[in-house]
Amino acid sequence: MFDYFLQQGTNALSAGSLYAMMAVGLALIFSILRLINFAHGDVMMIAVYLFVFAGFAGIPILPSLLIMLVGTILIGLVMERIAYRPLRGGPEVALLLSSFAVGQILQNSALLASRLAGKPVQISFPAPELLSGAISLGPLLVPKLNVASFLIGTVLLALLTVFVTRTRLGLSMQAVAEDLPAARLMGIKVNRVVMVAFAIASGLAAVAGYLYASQAGQINPELGFTPVLKAFIAAVIGGFGSLSGAVLGAYLLAFLEVIPTTFAGIADILPPGTVSPGVHDLIAQVLPSSLASYRDAFVFVFLILMLLFRPNGILRGRAREDTP
Amino acid sequence: MRFDRRLASSMIMIGSLIVALGLVQASGSSFWEGEAILLAIFVVLTVSLNLVSGFTGLFSLGHIGFMALGVYISAILTLSLEKKAVLLPDLPGWLAGLHLDQMAGPIPIGWLIATLIAGVLVSLIALAVGSVVMRLSGNFVAVATLGFLVIVRVILINADGLTRGSRSFSGGTPFTDLWWAWGWAVVTIYVVWRVKRSPWGRQMFAQKADKWAAQSVGIPILRPRLLAFVISAFFGAVAGSLFAHHILAFSPNAFYFDLTFEVITMLVVGGLGSVTGSVLGAVVIVAVTEVLRRVQDQTQLYGLSGITLGVFFLAIIIFRPDGIMGQRELSLDGLRGRLPRRSRSTGGWTPPAVDDPTLPDDPNAPDDPV
Repeated sequence: MFDYFLQQGTNALSAGSLYAMMAVGLALIFSILRLINFAHGDVMMIAVYLFVFAGFAGIPILPSLLIMLVGTILIGLVMERIAYRPLRGGPEVALLLSSFAVGQILQNSALLASRLAGKPVQISFPAPELLSGAISLGPLLVPKLNVASFLIGTVLLALLTVFVTRTRLGLSMQAVAEDLPAARLMGIKVNRVVMVAFAIASGLAAVAGYLYASQAGQINPELGFTPVLKAFIAAVIGGFGSLSGAVLGAYLLAFLEVIPTTFAGIADILPPGTVSPGVHDLIAQVLPSSLASYRDAFVFVFLILMLLFRPNGILRGRAREDTP
Repeated sequence: MRFDRRLASSMIMIGSLIVALGLVQASGSSFWEGEAILLAIFVVLTVSLNLVSGFTGLFSLGHIGFMALGVYISAILTLSLEKKAVLLPDLPGWLAGLHLDQMAGPIPIGWLIATLIAGVLVSLIALAVGSVVMRLSGNFVAVATLGFLVIVRVILINADGLTRGSRSFSGGTPFTDLWWAWGWAVVTIYVVWRVKRSPWGRQMFAQKADKWAAQSVGIPILRPRLLAFVISAFFGAVAGSLFAHHILAFSPNAFYFDLTFEVITMLVVGGLGSVTGSVLGAVVIVAVTEVLRRVQDQTQLYGLSGITLGVFFLAIIIFRPDGIMGQRELSLDGLRGRLPRRSRSTGGWTPPAVDDPTLPDDPNAPDDPV
């Protein structure tokens, strides 16, 4: 029984790392531009497509990964230049709408690319050999992909922390997030900072996309939708705009998510004799296994409550007046 | 009797609509009839979404969620007894015995009642959701209402017994014809237009323009927002009921982000805050989508139409953020003799040079009244 919970816990850690990589990107961009980048999930999707199409072109896996990373960062920068920079300083809603349009364009580009390459809409995405299979940790059997997600996520987030707190560019990023006009007056090149933020966010999204697609086993142009929603929630839990909050929120969300999966239908796997038959039936009734499929609904109810009662995230105390 | 210009122009518009619909019907083309019905449904959706997103400035992504609820509520209520037994064997007893498919002569009275029930139920849901969500500000309303859209989809997919889950729901009666669809469209336009001109509407626009200023002079914030959200949800559900009895087979996947994006495009192209703009936006996008769909089918380049629409949408936001109409309204008065009034439009626009007789370099200027 204990092993079962531990197993679910490792799943949560791995999912949390993926969410964190996405949520940090959202938070980074939001903190600087006040833009909720709905296209972030589609950037992640495009990364996966770049990798897959590089593979179709016969390029081996390591150069393909490089193409994926560089290509995604470039796309992120182009997106910022064309769709967001002209609207900077305008009404918030214009930026938001612009990100919808970008998402729409990216998704349909992936669709068109598959069409032109003569591929189906659903493309299979096998996990690399290095990461397939599982390793045993004591009583647990953990898929290597989960371990990799957790390790890669941790390392990248640690590097990001060092960057943001220890380098000049990182510090100017914090300054711009704090007060853009003032930072500009202090001689910080705001455009450069914004571009670096988009580059980092897109790069993280690319890595997250690769790991996510490996876990999913197949890809389609809409694959970014669910992860970006999860990243929103993570960012909201952490207080939108705070990087450490986004990471914390991501892991918290991942653990919240396994709760319905863990406890729904738990009556079926309870070892006989742990609880009396009456309690067993009660548990089976209150937590039927069908409950698990409502997971996303629970998570979003939580999101709405979070926005209402704790709009500045779990880290900050009292809500400030106007945000969100 | 005083000649009422406004009434006259409304009469002329409705008259032309009736003539146009009559022509479509007389043409006997089921293609054009289908397009005209779809257009009416999009008009209902866009005009009602405008009430929230355009008037109060809170961007709702949950509108299609309300529509989806309307679709299913209305479809379940009107399904005939035999079909219910086959398609939805697990319905609870009281619902299994209910079939609102009665006709009173030529009028599908059962369907009308079902539409109203759907509208009222969905409005109540909107009241509950809105009293939470409408307290948020700015972009977080978008995130929260997107959450609502996801919740609705999860529920529709998982409530197999009521909705057949992700399988196709079919077996409805095609009650929606040209006249019902456009009748509801006219009702929607009328109600939303009345709201815009009412004190409620002015409160909505006031708190959109400057929340703090509005609040400081005692204008309520939450109440007008909630009113907009609830009325908007009612017509969202009506659009759903029209859709359910026009497109007779559907599944929850039809009511998700793609449709949301399509309606938002219509809204933004038409102009946030303009009722007639929403109608124009719906017309333009339905037409453009249809043309693009044909090109796409011909060339087999799937995705092309989506890319084009996305680029178009992006261009509108960047180069003409007010859309076609801004917050202005098209009226026959405006068309006749002078350009539509632009003075109330927001942002971006600078007034044209006017021959101001009081300017000193004007030779016709009157002398200083000393």
